[in-house]
Amino acid sequence: MLKVVGVFGAVLTMFAYAVLAERKISAWIQGRVGPNRTAPPLALKIPFLGALLQSWGIFQPMADGLKAFLKEDFTPNYVRKAYFWLAPAISMVPAFLVLAVVPFGSKLGNEPMVIANLDVGILYTFGIISLGVYGVVLAGYASNSKYPFLGGIRSSAQMISYEIAMGMSVVPLFLIVGELNLSDVITWQAKNGWLILYSPISFVIFLIAAFAETNRLPFDLPESETELIGGYHTEYSSMKFALFFMGEYAAMIAASAMMVTLFFGGWTLPGLSEPASSIAVGLLHIGIFVAKLLAFMVLFIWVRWMLPRFRYDQLMDLGWRRFIPLALANILVTAVVLWMRSAKP
Amino acid sequence: MIVKREKLTFWERLYLPALLGGFKITASHLVDTLFRGNNVAKQVSKGYYPEIPWTVGQNYRGAPYLVRDQEGHTKCVSCQLCEFVCPPKAIKITPPGPDGQTADRANAEKMPLEFEINMLRCIFCGFCQEVCPEEAIFLQKDYSLTGLSRKEMIYNKEKLLTLGGTHAGVQKWKHKLEEAKEQESFPVKV
Repeated sequence: MLKVVGVFGAVLTMFAYAVLAERKISAWIQGRVGPNRTAPPLALKIPFLGALLQSWGIFQPMADGLKAFLKEDFTPNYVRKAYFWLAPAISMVPAFLVLAVVPFGSKLGNEPMVIANLDVGILYTFGIISLGVYGVVLAGYASNSKYPFLGGIRSSAQMISYEIAMGMSVVPLFLIVGELNLSDVITWQAKNGWLILYSPISFVIFLIAAFAETNRLPFDLPESETELIGGYHTEYSSMKFALFFMGEYAAMIAASAMMVTLFFGGWTLPGLSEPASSIAVGLLHIGIFVAKLLAFMVLFIWVRWMLPRFRYDQLMDLGWRRFIPLALANILVTAVVLWMRSAKP
Repeated sequence: MIVKREKLTFWERLYLPALLGGFKITASHLVDTLFRGNNVAKQVSKGYYPEIPWTVGQNYRGAPYLVRDQEGHTKCVSCQLCEFVCPPKAIKITPPGPDGQTADRANAEKMPLEFEINMLRCIFCGFCQEVCPEEAIFLQKDYSLTGLSRKEMIYNKEKLLTLGGTHAGVQKWKHKLEEAKEQESFPVKV
C-alpha cells in the first residue's frame, strides 16, 4: 500500500517537474530564459538560495497546479456530458496502471520494489497501454465538434498502427530471455548484459513507437496544435485539461520506465546488480532507476523541440510499411540465431 | 512551379542523418543559451523585461487613444465612423443628441458625450485611426494594458483623452479657418 502511494506521489511530482523541464529545455533550445519569476511570498526571504530557486523556476509547478484548480471549468453546451467528464480520467488511468508492474528498485528491507510482480508483466503492460487511446477517442467523440473529432480519429488509427509494431518489437527480447516477468527480465540483464546490446533494432522500433503511443512530437497528430487547435482536448479547460496533460506525461513516464526495464537493465548497473541487502543500496538502486528514467524523459522533451511533425500519410507509411516488416524480420532473425545456437552441441 | 525533387540516397532516406543534425543543432543552441549567453536570453543590463522596459519601436502601433489639439480641445466630433469600421466592435460612442452639449472648439458641431474603447476586444488594427476624418484617434505606444476586472478594461473618454495627450500634427480646421479668413480680404494669399 505504501509503495502504491509512494509511486503515485513520485509520478505526480515527476509530472509537475517534467512540465517545468519541458518549458525550461524548450526555452534554452530556443534561446529564451523560461519560467524564472514564480516564488511563494516567503521563499525570497531566504538569502541567495531563494532567488536562485526562483530563477530556476522551481516553484512554477505549484503555481501551474493551483491555476489548473482555480480556473473556470467550462463545459460547452453541445458536448455529450457523461463521456465528456469520463474521458480525462480514462486517458490518465492506464499510464498509472502500467507503472504498477515496473520494478523500480531491488529491495528495501525485505520488500521487493515493485507494486505487482506479475508473471505476465509485459502482456499486461501492452493490454493496458492500448486502453490509453480510449480516453483520447472518447474525448474526440464527446466534444462533438470537428477538431476534437479529427484528433480522436487520428489517434485511434495511429495507436492501432504503432501498437502492433511496438508489441512485435519486444518479442525478440522474450525469445532471448525466455520470461515475461519484468523482474526476471532485469535479473537476466544483470547476468548477461543489457538487452539493447542483443537487440538494438527492437530498441529503435520500441523507442519510435513509444513516441507515437504517447502522442509526442514528431507524432503528435491527435493534438497538432497548429492544425487541429489542440485536437482532442480543444474543448477542455481547467482541471479536465490538466488531467489530459497529466495523462500524456504519465504515459511518457510509463514508456520511459518500460524502455529502462526492457533495454537498459532497470535498476541495475554493472557492478551493482545484486538485490540490495541494506537500505542504502536499496535506495541507490531506486536512484539508478530514476536517473535512467529521467534521461529518457529528457530525450522525449528534447526531440519535441527538434523535429517537425510528420504528415499523416508518412506516419502511417512508417508504421505499416517500415516498422512492422522490420519488426517481423527482427523476430525471425532472432529466432533463427537462437535456434542455430541451441542446435550446437 | 514544379520543384525538382532530388533523389535521396539510402543513407538520407533512413532519416538518421537529419535526426543527428537535429540533435546537434538543438544541443548547440542549448549550450549557447545556458553557458555562453549568446542570444536573446543574454542579459543586456541587470534583469529581464518587466524590470527593464522594452524600447518601443518608432512606428509601433499599440493601443488607440483619443488626442487633443494644441489648444487642448477635443478633436473628436462624434461622427462614429470608427465605431462602424471597428472590426471587433470595441468602440462605443454615445453622441450628445440634438440638444446636447456642443463642441468645445470652433468649427465642430458636437463632441461625443461618451467614448468607450473596450481594450479586451481591441485588436490594435488601426482602422479607427485610418478612417478618422478629424485625426482624433491614434494608435500609440502602449502595448501592455492590464486590469483586475473586465470593467476596468473599458476605457472611457476621459481616460482615453488623458492617455492620448496632445497631438502635435496638423490642425485641420484651424487651417481651414485661416484660409476662410484670408479669403475675406483681397488679394487672396493662400
